[in-house]
This record gives sequence, structure tokens and C-alpha cells, in this order.
Amino acid sequence: MKPAPAAEKLFFGAALFSASISLFILLFMVVLGLPLFKDGFFLRLFTDPWRPDHGLYGISAMIAGTLGVSFLALVLALPLSLGCAILISIIRPPVFGRLLEKTVQFMTGIPTVVLGFVGVFLLVPFIREQFGHGSGRCLLTAALVLAVLIAPTMILFFCDSFSRIPASWLRAADALGCTPMEKFRHVILPNSLQGLAGGTILAMGRAVGDTMIALMLAGNAVAAPHALLDPARTLTAHIALVVAADFDSLEFKIIFACGLLLYAITLAMTLLIRGLDRGNGGRTW
Amino acid sequence: MVRAPRLRDRALIAFSWFSGLGLLAIFAVVIGFLLARGWSSLRPELIFGDTPPVQALLFRQQVFDGLFPAIIGTLSLVLLAMTIAVPLGLAAGIYMAEYCRGSARRLGLFFDILAGVPSIVIGLFGLSLTIFLHRHFFGRLYPCLLVSALALAFLVLPYLIRSTQTALEEIPRTVRLSAPALGASRLQNIFLVLLPRSLKGISSGILLATGRCAEDTAVIMLTGVVASAGIPRSLLGSYEALPFYIYYISSQYGSRQELQNGFGAAVILLFVCALLFTAALVVRHRLAKRFFHR
Repeated sequence: MKPAPAAEKLFFGAALFSASISLFILLFMVVLGLPLFKDGFFLRLFTDPWRPDHGLYGISAMIAGTLGVSFLALVLALPLSLGCAILISIIRPPVFGRLLEKTVQFMTGIPTVVLGFVGVFLLVPFIREQFGHGSGRCLLTAALVLAVLIAPTMILFFCDSFSRIPASWLRAADALGCTPMEKFRHVILPNSLQGLAGGTILAMGRAVGDTMIALMLAGNAVAAPHALLDPARTLTAHIALVVAADFDSLEFKIIFACGLLLYAITLAMTLLIRGLDRGNGGRTW
Repeated sequence: MVRAPRLRDRALIAFSWFSGLGLLAIFAVVIGFLLARGWSSLRPELIFGDTPPVQALLFRQQVFDGLFPAIIGTLSLVLLAMTIAVPLGLAAGIYMAEYCRGSARRLGLFFDILAGVPSIVIGLFGLSLTIFLHRHFFGRLYPCLLVSALALAFLVLPYLIRSTQTALEEIPRTVRLSAPALGASRLQNIFLVLLPRSLKGISSGILLATGRCAEDTAVIMLTGVVASAGIPRSLLGSYEALPFYIYYISSQYGSRQELQNGFGAAVILLFVCALLFTAALVVRHRLAKRFFHR
């Protein structure tokens, strides 16, 4: 048993270092964005427009862009994912169900940039021609592709939470003469609400955190979008676009505020999922 | 039974089929479009341009109008990132599964947080780390291959830790206890019994993480990838990468030929990720089967 303590220290060191990275990221965002917290400047981030040439550095348009794109994507993806999950784990058509499940698993592996690339050359011209105005790069285009990106994650998560219902409950429902769909509506659905909420939050986190889809397809105009066909810029795309600026400029410091905000949003979602999980009595991912 | 529920049943079934077929159609359109536009450009010229392939592969001659530098860039990036991430992730995963007791279990929270951090924020962290080190310690450090690999390693670390931990924890108690009962030390038990037993779960996690490294664009955009740099010459130099090339082409292609190369690159990246992903699924599936037969 002699060498064990040294090895344990080594393993513990690796775990501690890995865990500390998430704290270091937060620390760097706060320290490098520190100049923004002085003199009430921080509040003006949320009220000013983004006009660096006039000394105005508000990011409210980007916040609106992020919320708009990800909510729309979620609204599009949620019913689709629920339907697919029902088909895969409740209706279970013998061949098609397996095929769909494999396809969904495969879809989680499609590179984001490839999905964005297809969006640029397939969906953008289509939207432009259908609606006849603008460049075709808008809130709707980005949200549609983003929905395709997050749907597979949601479907697999939903299927997983459906399969957690104890078999004895399902047999009881069968014994009472429930049709599969009645079993779903009265037994499975009410008992997997936490899982559904967890999957939805996870997908929302993916949508908020994704950079490439919005950067390639949303148009990146600095104005809060008011309609589906308005261009929008998300916080993530803003970071990618501004990063080329001079490192010492205030413009550059603003992206740490964006980073901090994104960190806070995803942190809140992670905590929420963990909270739901604890209520569920087990780890789901 | 009354009629109303049956109607609802039927509506729900119809809706589910509609969703399933819809998703499959979307998938078919995406893949079909890519293959239809990109298949024809999958020729040696796509990768090597006008340079003779042998000369390029031996690094004797530079490739200017092909994907070769981007492919080599992505390859070195992935290799470097996994070299950093795998030992760290395995060690941390082993700790979480085998040693960690009591309040240290809370470390799991930080891995979950890290897994949730958007990749662009990790890229921003990599960039700010570079600026910090450049100002205070190494004046010669700029965004480069090494920084990108480090940031990518941070990105996939939580997945590696989780998959290692889960694979180890799935081992049945009887197996877990038999070697120590025969007098094996804890470390011998881990390296001679537990790790070999969970090799499939761990390697499927590694394969998935490799795919994630190969496809991520946001991290490398902020940490040193450029549109044209040639073959990466050193760890501290800038480099090209496939995903960034695809993004770059989609935003500013100069000619039909370049656009065609972009489609070719997209097909190649899709193929690479699909291969890694399928390998991971096959490996994991085998694992699942083994457990069912026990």
C-alpha cells in the first residue's frame, strides 16, 4: 500500500487543477473587465447603444439578439424534439424508430461550422427569395439552423427521461387497459417533467453559447431585432467580431463584459439543471 | 372508452410521425446538399493544389491553393490538445471515481460548470491568458498553436473526466473487490483491473472529445488560427485549420474555385467527425452489450 498516497495526490492534483479552470475563467473575465465596473459605467452597458466612434459601448442590442435567436430556436426545436422523442421511445415503429434514433445520435456529431455553411448556401438564399427583402441573413435564418443544432441533444435527453419511468408503473397502466398514448399522457409525461425541463434548459444553454451559427447566419447588425427578418448580433458573435480590435481599447474591454454575461447565464443554467437533477434523485448526464 | 381521447391519441401519434419524418428530411437535405455540391471537388487537387502530392507530403514543397496546410494544422491541433487533455482528464476521472469521498465530491460541480461554459468564452480565456503571459512573463508569446491546443484541452476536459468517471463507476462491486481481496494494492487494482475493464467507455469518451476538438471553431478563432499560414512550423506560430477555413470561405470567397474548395472542406470535416462519432458509438455499444450478457 506504500505508493498509494503519492498516486492519490497526483490524481487529486489533476482533479483540483481541472476544477480550478472554471474559476480561473471567471477570474480572468472579472479582472480584465474590471475597468468597466468603475463610475457606473457598468450600468451604461445596458442602456447605451453600441457606437464606439461616439464613445458609447452599450451591449443591450447584443443581449436582445442572443435572447431573440435562442428563444426562437427553442420554440422551434421543442415541439419537434418532443414529437421525435415520443416516436422513438413510446410509439417505437420497428425499423423507422431505430433509424430515427441512429440519425439523431449521428446529428449530434455534425460539426457546427458545417451546419452553418449549409445554412449560408442553402437557407439564406431561400429566405431571401421567399421573403423578397434584406440579405436573407436574419433572426429567423439563424434560429432555424440553431434549432436543428439543439434538437438532437433535446431528443436524446427526452428519450432518456422517458426511459426512467419504473417498468412496474407502465405495466400497471397496461393492466388498466391504457393505450400507449394514454399511458404516455397520464403516466410517462407527468412523471418526466423534470427531465423535460432539464433537457430544455440544457438546449437553451447550447443555443445561448453557440457562436458560429449566429455569426454566419444572423447578419450581425448592431441593433435589437424587432421582426423575424431583422438581422441580429448575439453576444457570442460580438466577441468574435470585436476581438480583432486593439487590445488596449475600451471596445476590447467590453467583450469581457459579454464573456462575463455569457458565463453567468450558462452558470445559472448549469446550477438549475443540477438542482432539477437532485430532485430527480440521480445524475442524468 | 369515449371518443375524445382516441382523437387526441391519434393527433399525438400523427404529430410525432410528422416530427420524426421532418427531422429525417432536414437531415437528408443537409447531407444531400453537401454531398451534391462537394462530392465533385473531392480530388487530389482539393488537398494538394498544383503541388505534387509526394512533394507536399514530405514537406518539401509548400501547398498554396489546397487544403493540405489546413488539414495538417487541424491534425497537429487535435493531437496536441488531446496530449494535454487525456492524461489530465483520466487522472481527474480516476480520482473522482476511486478516491473522492465526502466533500471533495463537490468538485463535480466545477466540471459541470466548465462543461457549460460557451466555447467562445473559453477562447476568450485563452486569449486573455496569452495577453497576460505576454505582458508579464514571455514577451515572445502571441496567439498560437500551443495556446489554441491548451484552450481546446480545457474545452473537452469535463467530457473526458465524466466519461472516465462513469466508466469506472459502472464496474460491478464483485469485480471491484476481488483483486484487493487477493492482496492487490489500490493502484494495482486501478491499473490492472479497473482501467482495462472500463477501456471501452473511456476510449469512446476520448473519441468523442477528439471530434469536438476537430470541429470547434470559436475557440481557435480567438487563439491564433489564420486564413493562410502554410504548414505550422512551431508550437508558437500561427496555423490554419479546417473548420476555420470553412467559416472563412463562407464569409469571403473570391472565386468559384475557392467556394468549391469550401464545399470540399466541409465534406471532409463532416466525414472525419462522422467517422470518430461512429467509432465512439460502436465502441460504447459493444460495452453496453457486454454488460447485458453478464
